[in-house]
Amino acid sequence: MGRIQLKSVTKSFGDVQVIPPLDLTIEDGEFTVFVGPSGCGKSTLLRLIAGLEDMTSGTIDIDGSDATDVPPAKRGLAMVFQSYALYPHMTVRKNIAFPLRMAKLDQAEIDRRVEGAASVLNLADYLDRRPGQLSGGQRQRVAIGRAIVREPAAFLFDEPLSNLDAALRVGMRLEISELHERLETTMIYVTHDQVEAMTMADKIVVLQAGVIEQVGSPLELYRTPRNLFVAGFIGSPKMNFFEGEEAAKHNAHTIGIRPEHIAVSNTEGTWSGIVSVSEHLGSDTFFHVHETGLAETLTVRADGEVDFRHGDRIHLTPRSDVIHRFDAQGLRIG
Amino acid sequence: MARTVTTRRKTLNTAFAWAVGLLIFFPILWTILTSFKTEAQAIASPPIFLNFDWTLENYAIVQERSDYMRFLWNSVIIAGGSTILGVIVAVPAAWAMAFVPSKRTKDILLWMLSTKMLPAVGVLYPIYLLFIQLGLLDSRGGLVVVLMLINLPIIVWMLYTYFREIPGEILEAARMDGATLKEEILYVLTPMAIPGIASTVLLNFILAWNEAFWTLNLTAVDAAPLTAFIASYSSPEGLFFAKLSAASTMAIAPILILGWFSQKQLVRGLTFGAVK
Amino acid sequence: MATQHSRSVARFMMAPAVILLLGWMLVPLTMTLYFSFKKYLPLRGGDLGWVGFDNYVRFVSSSTFWPAVQATLVIVGGVLAITVVLGILLAMLLDQPMWGQGVVRILVIAPFFVMPTVSALVWKNMFMDPVNGLLAHLWRFFGAEPISWLSEASMTSIVMIVSWQWLPFATLILLTAIQSLDSEQLEAAEMDGAPPLKRFYHIILPHLGRAITIVILIQTIFLLSIFAEIFVTTGGAFGTRTLTYLIFQRVLESQNVGLGSAGGVYAIILANIVAIFLMRIVGKNLDA
Repeated sequence: MGRIQLKSVTKSFGDVQVIPPLDLTIEDGEFTVFVGPSGCGKSTLLRLIAGLEDMTSGTIDIDGSDATDVPPAKRGLAMVFQSYALYPHMTVRKNIAFPLRMAKLDQAEIDRRVEGAASVLNLADYLDRRPGQLSGGQRQRVAIGRAIVREPAAFLFDEPLSNLDAALRVGMRLEISELHERLETTMIYVTHDQVEAMTMADKIVVLQAGVIEQVGSPLELYRTPRNLFVAGFIGSPKMNFFEGEEAAKHNAHTIGIRPEHIAVSNTEGTWSGIVSVSEHLGSDTFFHVHETGLAETLTVRADGEVDFRHGDRIHLTPRSDVIHRFDAQGLRIG
Repeated sequence: MARTVTTRRKTLNTAFAWAVGLLIFFPILWTILTSFKTEAQAIASPPIFLNFDWTLENYAIVQERSDYMRFLWNSVIIAGGSTILGVIVAVPAAWAMAFVPSKRTKDILLWMLSTKMLPAVGVLYPIYLLFIQLGLLDSRGGLVVVLMLINLPIIVWMLYTYFREIPGEILEAARMDGATLKEEILYVLTPMAIPGIASTVLLNFILAWNEAFWTLNLTAVDAAPLTAFIASYSSPEGLFFAKLSAASTMAIAPILILGWFSQKQLVRGLTFGAVK
Repeated sequence: MATQHSRSVARFMMAPAVILLLGWMLVPLTMTLYFSFKKYLPLRGGDLGWVGFDNYVRFVSSSTFWPAVQATLVIVGGVLAITVVLGILLAMLLDQPMWGQGVVRILVIAPFFVMPTVSALVWKNMFMDPVNGLLAHLWRFFGAEPISWLSEASMTSIVMIVSWQWLPFATLILLTAIQSLDSEQLEAAEMDGAPPLKRFYHIILPHLGRAITIVILIQTIFLLSIFAEIFVTTGGAFGTRTLTYLIFQRVLESQNVGLGSAGGVYAIILANIVAIFLMRIVGKNLDA
């Protein structure tokens, strides 16, 4: 069981309040992702849950009991750190066994659980190596192994993939998702990468400057971002925003349209402009369009086969059913 | 990428560097060689470099006449005792400053360093007086304490710079894994810190061994370490070159050997981590 | 980043070191200050009462003061100049590719590990002795009249001995600094057409700037208080009486504690002026 409830939690470092009063409930078994730009307080929030930082005020409940003053070791949570934080002087086996040794389990049980974790994570051949002899991906697995053997109430991940190269990142992303499917344990995952958030989360918490901007499932955030910040943060390439005349036509201060919701043509369209750069990804092509009279640059996502070159005139037609409208405060209308 | 150079260039470098290295090392080499000569050969004109009758008699004489072992033992006790005591006091302090830094940590560290800058001669008389009052003059215990205090800032600093290299996340991981503070220090911090602690011990042992202000001024007979033993050769026995050399060699040999192990740590220790 | 609990543990763990050093600093310092305002002659009447700033005035106006200041400056300045210049050259030499680099490094560093009394004594007798010293042999070999180093060229001799002891320190630190220089920077400069001498002035020397400053400051603090080298060689005679040695003589040899303490206070002030600069650099490095 791992239901975690934060009630009017705040955190200040000296005079600086990094987290203003915040309420959040993470349901048992949920994969929750905290996402936001660097410095938004997402790691601090995770560390508050872990107990590695004191809260300035507020309470934290884990499984219905107050854990506010419980030291990290006693909260029944496991954490995977950004640097993996493996013990360099211990073998993989000892690293994974460490939390069990601390819990004073008997040796047979420790061995059983370590072997179990190692086979799940494909680490069986590396048990007697030291962390220094492992690749980044293997170290990551050891860190996860150390977390799962404890059978914790919840897993906390602090940007665990940011030190891996792009290809490995995709693989590990999948592995963590599979792990969650199998264990069905609460997981809280911190990242600044909205792609990780979208692909892994049951629930995304978007943070900015310590404030929760929106909480919801990935598709909720994608379809109905509550404000300009979330609209701009979720989705890649970034949503296009226009103000002024074009926005006024839709009775809004600002309107937003995602690059994938604009159709391209070389003959006719609602808007037109000049292609400055076209990026061919194979499956898709991104066009950066200038001189549309709407904004400095407009980004459009088209099929991989579509071919426009630098300097070509391009005609654009937005899908009117997915235009996002925002008021002067940046909040969503409708 | 290090660039490859021509063999000719490398040969020239090698020859020149070795020549300079040997020139700098020469006084030590000459002392060691002279210690194996007879007194007559030691002052022979022109000087004899290698072609002399090797003898160990100087060592025997020095040992017999001055009770070298007692001085050596004093040096070991004083240098070793002050280093161990210093490390015991410094490890918790360095741990606290490295892993639980506060706004005042930097000020405390710099203040500790500033006590190291206090010129010994400025406090010579008070210490001398206190030693007389407390009956510590010419005692090993007194010197252990004084040398511990003068090296404590360096010990704290060195340990601090080593501890700071241990990522805080690893200790937090231990905490998350259910380790108590004691277990965290015992199973995680200490094994990772051992190399740093060893280097610190080594360098401070050397510094304490060679310390020659307090050891000369606060000892007479009973507690005199090797620095004082050598100073007693300043005249007129100093004119017996071979014996002087034997005594000198015995005084520096242990440290030269330890020094070879500590050259890397030397930089960090003596620049307070400012140059790495 | 820590919890309240770990903070109070931390304070408790720092306490012994802080209390010891605080005591070590305050107790003798207070006593030195106290004595410096007294006429205090332990062997000739003991405490003869308060004299105000008398000791401070007498220490500075005594005929031995300015020569001592001069001797101190010559030794500190001379040793600094020699060790820094030779240290840079030596560090650059040791940074070149060669065979047996490790051994050469050890040969160069070795003098630092020789205890001061030994190096002073070995130099005094086996090298600088006017009759049997190796330098006398060398002089005679070239047909020159041997010099009685420690009486005729006393300052040069002391500077030589102390430089020999401290050259390894300067070399080692500068070598460490040179090795941290990104070789791509030098290659970039080479691509930009800078000849070796220009590369030295515009890239290597500025890169070494901080290390050189540190060498100068740390050595100054140690050099201001060199003692054994003078104690063993000249005993302060032949114009080699430095401030440190003068104070030592006042306090322990002539047992004029009041006067010596006033000198001690001057020495503390002097050391602190140097220390402030050193602390600034070290402090900046802490933030990085």
